[in-house]
Amino acid sequence: MATLLEVRNLKTTFLTGAGIVRAVDGVSWDIQEGETVALVGESGCGKSVSALSIMRLIAPPAGRIEGGEIVFKGRDLLQLPEEEMRDIRGKEIAMIFQEPMTSLNPVLTIGRQLTEGLEIHLQMPPEQARARAVELLGLVGIPDPERRLAQYPHHFSGGMRQRMMIAMALACNPSLILADEPTTALDVTIQAQILELMQDLSRRLGVAMLIITHNLGVVARYADRVNVMYAGRIIERATAVELYSNPRHPYTLGLLKSVPRLDEPRRARLAPIEGQPPDLTRLPPGCAFAPRCVYRVERCAEAPPLAQIGAADHSAACWESARLEKRVAA
Amino acid sequence: MTAVAPSLAAAPQAAGEVLLEVRDLVKHFHVGAGFLGRAVGVVRAIDGVSFEIRRGETLGLVGESGCGKTTTGRCILQLERPTSGRIVFEGGDLGALSDDELRKVRRHMAVIFQDPYSSLNPRMSVGEILEEPLKVHGIVPDRVARAARVRELLEQVGLLPQHARRYPHQLSGGQRQRVGIARALAVEPSLIICDEPVSALDVSIQAQIINLLEELQARLGLTYLFIAHDLSVVRHISDRVAVMYLGKVVELADRQALYEDPLHPYTRALLSAVPIPDPQLEARRERTVLRGEVPSPLKPPSGCVFHPRCPIAIDRCAAEIPPLREIKPGHWAACHLA
Repeated sequence: MATLLEVRNLKTTFLTGAGIVRAVDGVSWDIQEGETVALVGESGCGKSVSALSIMRLIAPPAGRIEGGEIVFKGRDLLQLPEEEMRDIRGKEIAMIFQEPMTSLNPVLTIGRQLTEGLEIHLQMPPEQARARAVELLGLVGIPDPERRLAQYPHHFSGGMRQRMMIAMALACNPSLILADEPTTALDVTIQAQILELMQDLSRRLGVAMLIITHNLGVVARYADRVNVMYAGRIIERATAVELYSNPRHPYTLGLLKSVPRLDEPRRARLAPIEGQPPDLTRLPPGCAFAPRCVYRVERCAEAPPLAQIGAADHSAACWESARLEKRVAA
Repeated sequence: MTAVAPSLAAAPQAAGEVLLEVRDLVKHFHVGAGFLGRAVGVVRAIDGVSFEIRRGETLGLVGESGCGKTTTGRCILQLERPTSGRIVFEGGDLGALSDDELRKVRRHMAVIFQDPYSSLNPRMSVGEILEEPLKVHGIVPDRVARAARVRELLEQVGLLPQHARRYPHQLSGGQRQRVGIARALAVEPSLIICDEPVSALDVSIQAQIINLLEELQARLGLTYLFIAHDLSVVRHISDRVAVMYLGKVVELADRQALYEDPLHPYTRALLSAVPIPDPQLEARRERTVLRGEVPSPLKPPSGCVFHPRCPIAIDRCAAEIPPLREIKPGHWAACHLA
């Protein structure tokens, strides 16, 4: 498989009243063609900002991409003029947001919102765009698509709106879809429908997908490879199978241990990660997770690099990851 | 057994005093304001819900958005006036009490909301937030004693005395939810309605708050109605669980029975939809993905409200409403085929 997107040492900052927030702080990762990769982490870890940076949707003057490269099909997106970037957004790379209601235009019909991109990006004549819109709505499982074209987003339920978002994302046959918490706002039975649909379409159409989520179960079911983020950095990366069976960063291990699981006997007590998520304007020097870490040693005052450990394609940013392996083996 | 509503007194393992009894609760909302505000439709938010909660236990109430779980909680708190049905709390029928009596009884109930940020007054310090119920209800009239009680409440929820001077925006999400819990404890309630208390929190913080709720229950003898959509969390915290769908309880059982031997097809579908954090297990797992979406409570389907989405529905399901009946001791389900 060829590399579709490669992010190298990306740095995105925001100037806030409380100081500079390094939302994404030197992050590198990649996606191969047709692959599903997950960015996992809790609120404020930089996962959404990573996606917005790829689309170059970081709003100035407060937000700024300070450095790094985003190489998509051999071109660095950060170096492209805005007009060329506009050809990539929605056409080559599409995005699905968490809140379909706030990301659809309430005063445009479903049909118009679907055909707009087709007419602009692919120069389709209106009749052909309309036919393609009907086809797309059918593809994402919206019944009676002809009639639906004349309706507005408020006529749609939450699940239907998210299907519509997926149809819009697929409209121009993109090679990459960035899905930012695509099912977080949905009920669990609808979540299952939407995720199955996304997985099915990505396989059938060969679209690569970046899934951004905080839900470890969703990642386990749908991702090939996983990047775990904490405080603006990737702290662990592995294939999904490897990450779940052999977590090598204390934060990943803590997350996995803190959630109650339906497939295991009920535990008397949950094992939370103690302490509070970090304040991004006042990060400690060294490892940002150290203040909450039970494996902390003196050396953690110095930030550990994301280094390969054990199996190929498994890296963790922890001085003590070897101790975690013993823990798992024991 | 063929009783229509779950009476735990009839179930063999029913032990302990009933603290709250909800019987045939109905709440309809008139919507639509047509011409001159005429009602154009009725939302059947709750359509005949019955359950009991014993002192010291946790009853989980699960279901998807719009199933009526939050409205049930609001009716118990008397924040909504039920259309019909009875709510008996500590032996008193809340619908039959005078306003004065109601105020006294209601003091023994408290609520914890989903979003601690929007449910704490941003202009009040944490200390003021916790003092207010003590003042309003005349629980601790003396100022010095009140300050001591605030310190005690903070300590009970794992916060420090100096947090009393902070404002909600200066706290993290987990700390804010701790304040929400401390405020609920201030009135010394016997029943706390927890309405999605951890769903707005980060995963690593959720476990902290769940552990705290369990510790407080053990220490203070609290009773919880735990309303949530996360089935894994509900299994962890509940003694018994009621599953709601479109305004009705479709299944009610002990935690273990419900999760290991679910009798209603909706419960089975819900459980199968929850992704499990284990890729190897996920790859092998069989899933029932439900067709369609929850119908509108403005026009609920005939017969069993679940029948249009049910994978095993038969003709009878569209015609006849299945009563909630006791299929096994203590295990109730509203399904013709259970």
